[in-house]
Amino acid sequence: MAPRLLLSPQQFEITIHRLCRQLIEIHDEFQDSVIIGLQPRGIYMAHRIAKTLEQILNKPAGIAVGELDVTFYRDDFRRKDLVPNRTNIDFVIENKNVILVDDVLYTGRTIRAGLDAMMAFGRPKDVELLVLVDRRFSRNLPIQAKYIGKTVDTMASEKVKVEWKETGGEDHVWLLTQD
Amino acid sequence: MNKKLSVKHLLGIKDLTADDISLILATADQFKEVINRPIKKVPSLRDITIANLFFENSTRTRLSFELAERRLSADVVNFSAATSSVKKGETLIDTVNNILAMKVDLVVMRHANPGACQFLSRHIDSKIVNAGDGAHEHPTQALLDAYSIQEKLGSVAGKKVVIVGDILHSRVALSNIFCLQKLGAEVMVCGPRTLMPRHIESLGVRVEYNLRKALEWCDVANMLRIQLERQDIKFFPSLREYSMQYGLDMNLLNSLGKEILIMHPGPINRGVEITSEVADSSQSIILDQVENGVAVRMAVLYLLAGRTDD
Repeated sequence: MAPRLLLSPQQFEITIHRLCRQLIEIHDEFQDSVIIGLQPRGIYMAHRIAKTLEQILNKPAGIAVGELDVTFYRDDFRRKDLVPNRTNIDFVIENKNVILVDDVLYTGRTIRAGLDAMMAFGRPKDVELLVLVDRRFSRNLPIQAKYIGKTVDTMASEKVKVEWKETGGEDHVWLLTQD
Repeated sequence: MNKKLSVKHLLGIKDLTADDISLILATADQFKEVINRPIKKVPSLRDITIANLFFENSTRTRLSFELAERRLSADVVNFSAATSSVKKGETLIDTVNNILAMKVDLVVMRHANPGACQFLSRHIDSKIVNAGDGAHEHPTQALLDAYSIQEKLGSVAGKKVVIVGDILHSRVALSNIFCLQKLGAEVMVCGPRTLMPRHIESLGVRVEYNLRKALEWCDVANMLRIQLERQDIKFFPSLREYSMQYGLDMNLLNSLGKEILIMHPGPINRGVEITSEVADSSQSIILDQVENGVAVRMAVLYLLAGRTDD
């Protein structure tokens, strides 16, 4: 089956802006809040959200963004070959409001690992989850996102693919059927 | 890049491909970040039990392996020959099989006999990491040396590395030669003729007997320890003479007119192969090597324990 377009570049941008407005409602000027993107693909979302927030709030480079790799905390070690990515968090999250960011929320296992991995950097005051796409009804763990770009109903045989301007090309979200 | 190692055990660098080495170094990079966190531990190997079998004395390697294992959350059991049934005449296979019967997933072994790990790998059903076998190989040392060079100079390929000292008795030298060559470096060995193995040039290394000439050629000098415990017969007249011919001091280092990296696998005989000033100078990366050793060993254990097909 041909890939189905879930978000066009224009809808993509509207979605990012809406998520930023929702964040500002809760986090005000981001004085006690930080953003952490999950490797490998959540980091594009995290940086895009931060950049947009900086524009809206007129705070150039005023928002702390980190990149967190969860490979060493995953529960499928020895079931899959797992290659780690870079973790880059140059701030402490002690007593901060942390917004965990990923591109697609599916089983919830990556987020579970992310919560564990994050604790190595301190004890946050509060943790929220933001995702671009929520694959509803496919969770293995009791994890839900607070901020959701788009909710989709999918089957296990389908795959959600997010493309980023940052990796060459345009912003798109596709639903693919795997054979 | 490959996602897994081509080998089931780490017996020697000779068995690894260049891709394997690159994968280990890239993984070590991430572990180096982990061990510099406020909380230095990750849960990856929480269901793995590792036995450290040291049939020969070691402080640094053993400590480094144990730290690496604990930071990966593995369960660790230690064994040293001095306090074991080996003294009562038990064979190597029996000793190890008894330990494996207690459900151990991975064995880290140091043994005085070259090839002890290869031998064991044919007889037991567990993953093995060689932590030094006689004068044969010491693969994790070579990997951490390569990692340290890469960290300081950007890459190993194209660099000129001289290994100075007791090449004959050194497992570090052999593993380093294999590792550096696979990564595309040029390797030279330098030392007294009596401590130079015959036909060493057949490994594709340059041979130099004059330390100054060797240092003028190189970007990195790896100063090996004179292994006093392996000198059953005299290979040179006195330590003082060795140190005058092959010892590195500040005068020699400053007269080169360029900066080179100084490495040493430890433990240092201060005043023999290098003087204290050199060991503590800004060109020395000896303590970086020790720190990197933990990260590299974490990478090796993680990649071997995580293999999916066994």
